[in-house]
Amino acid sequence: MSVPLLQINNLSIEFNTRRGNLVAVEDISFEVAEGEIFGIVGESGAGKSLTGKAIIGLLEAPGRISGGKILLNNERIDNLPYEQMRRLRGKSIGMVFQDPLTSLNPLYTIGRQLIETIQTHTNHTATQAKNRALELLREVGIPAAEKRIDQFPHQFSGGMRQRVVIALALCVNPKLIIADEPTTALDVSIQAQILTLLKNLCRKHGTAVILITHDMGVIAETANRVAVMYAGKIAEIGPVREVVQNPQHPYAQGLMASIPVIGRKMKYLAQIDGSMPRIAERPSGCAFHPRCPHAIELCNKQIPELLNKGKTKAACLLFRNGNP
Amino acid sequence: MAAFIIRRLFQSLIVMFFVAFVAFTMFRYVGDPVNQMVGIDTSLVQREALRERLGLNDPFIMQFGRFVLKALSGDFGISYQHKRPVTEMLLERFPATLELSLVSAIFSLLVGIPMGVYTGLHRYGWLSRFFMMFSLIGISLPTFLIGILLIFLFAVQLQWLPSFGRGTVIEIGGWRTGFLTISGLKALIMPAITLGLFQLTLIMRLVRAEMLEVLLTDYIKFARARGLSNKAIHFGHALKNTMVPVITITGLQIGSILAFAIITETVFQWPGMGLMFLQSIQNVDIPIMAAYLMMIAFFFVLINLVVDLLYYVVDPRLRVDAVKAHG
Ligand SMILES: Nc1ncnc2c1ncn2[C@@H]1O[C@H](COP(=O)(O)OP(=O)(O)OP(=O)(O)O)[C@@H](O)[C@H]1O
Ligand SMILES: [Mg+2]
Repeated sequence: MSVPLLQINNLSIEFNTRRGNLVAVEDISFEVAEGEIFGIVGESGAGKSLTGKAIIGLLEAPGRISGGKILLNNERIDNLPYEQMRRLRGKSIGMVFQDPLTSLNPLYTIGRQLIETIQTHTNHTATQAKNRALELLREVGIPAAEKRIDQFPHQFSGGMRQRVVIALALCVNPKLIIADEPTTALDVSIQAQILTLLKNLCRKHGTAVILITHDMGVIAETANRVAVMYAGKIAEIGPVREVVQNPQHPYAQGLMASIPVIGRKMKYLAQIDGSMPRIAERPSGCAFHPRCPHAIELCNKQIPELLNKGKTKAACLLFRNGNP
Repeated sequence: MAAFIIRRLFQSLIVMFFVAFVAFTMFRYVGDPVNQMVGIDTSLVQREALRERLGLNDPFIMQFGRFVLKALSGDFGISYQHKRPVTEMLLERFPATLELSLVSAIFSLLVGIPMGVYTGLHRYGWLSRFFMMFSLIGISLPTFLIGILLIFLFAVQLQWLPSFGRGTVIEIGGWRTGFLTISGLKALIMPAITLGLFQLTLIMRLVRAEMLEVLLTDYIKFARARGLSNKAIHFGHALKNTMVPVITITGLQIGSILAFAIITETVFQWPGMGLMFLQSIQNVDIPIMAAYLMMIAFFFVLINLVVDLLYYVVDPRLRVDAVKAHG
């Protein structure tokens, strides 16, 4: 089997604070294959964004990678010097942020922002870069690109701006895009359009995507594989279809039961009682055990490892020794 | 855009009108102008005649109207003390003040902005801490004290720079400039630093605070995620976004540089308008005071207008007549 595009091995992220080290992400491992769409879901504070930032090398102090490795095309990128990592950003790994309204510099035309990014990573002349920018704008579905290229971000609607943001992230054909909640800030009616656009563009160019979201519905429609994160750890990881239709981990089960399904009559939306503990207050053993309907005594003592369970892997003590 | 300028011009006119009103009231009702002009041995009849001749017995509105009309044609009357037209005296001294204010404004921007950027970028560096401490001194020490300290060090102890005056000036078309001689330039150094130091520290602190804020914005994070160089991010994207508040403050500060010039000019015996204004207060020379007031107000209004226009240049979101968002 060929090497995966991205490998995350036992990654941990810590915050060194005055009150001691807070471990925000603990010992997570996953792989992303070339051209694959890999979803990460989980409640707020699960560590999804931190994982994404760690990959592109933009963790902000006092956060830091405290263990593990990140490999891109089998080469370590988590310990690169700043300049080398900077050249990778945008060129090999792109990123799309949540809020298109604030992601673009208000004082520069979108053309200038595109051309600047293109010229940072290529030897294009100004004319070549401009042509490439126009091509990109057309590709992300911006009508009248020749006119729009000289306009400022405030002259675009939210959906259009997110298209521009996608064009910026894709402008030198990176192998991997990290999309951190790319549609959360948009109108529901536009969300689907943007997701479809992202999906189609990445399929066309063979770009892999790490799609970070709260929304299991989005993952179900877009991703190939998914990791469900809880309190800084991966609770379950596997092909989307399996995780959605036949989740193994009790947390994933709760999460799936809470997705509304059109056409199925439900009196109430299921919900998981309680809320995710803050990092400083994580319980011993399995972090989910206080909320888990199936918790056994062992759960507050032993930290579960990811184990094969059917076609997915789940981190739950119920599955030790091949049970239940 | 045009509508905006016209509206602003109109507002400026109203402001000037009110300042004229204050200046006139002061002119007319602080002390008795006739008493200022004549000697003790002038008889009551003679005084009354002079009063009539100067139009001081006319209704208030008429006197005020005359004052405004004259001011519009650049006539602010005759100085009580020097018996010369005030406008002529102000114009004579104007180059000295303008050159000093300009140099100190440029000094404070040229030094203050880079220091602000540096302290914003290297928040915890030792040089930043030093700059911040230094800026506290600039803000808390009174101008005259800084001036005197400089004089003590560089004029008295080291004897590098002159302690007072403008040095040799050269007259070009009625404009006396100190820019063209070595002694003129040397004489300019200490007053310009004294006058600009406060503005410098203000601008530095402002740029720093704005930089810290802008560096946290999403568009800077996104620029980093696109791999742009630090230089492009810090000086292209971040600094430009700090410029709107910096322009505002700088504009206001140029106004107060002119006003602060009074103190600096006094400390260095700089032959500018500020020094003349201070002397006119001592002599209750009302026409000079009124004219100076009008002139400073005029500069404030003018600078505000320029600042508003600069906003348009810097921030495209303010260009209202630009194409509205669609799509
Ligand atoms: N600067 C910081 N100092 C201390 N803790 C932090 C800091 N930044 C983030 N954290 C903690 O790290 C944890 C993970 O944050 P992260 O942003 O990855 O969450 P997330 O899963 O992306 O959540 P959301 O869905 O809200 O975006 C959070 O619990 C947060 O409290
Ligand atoms: Mg997040």
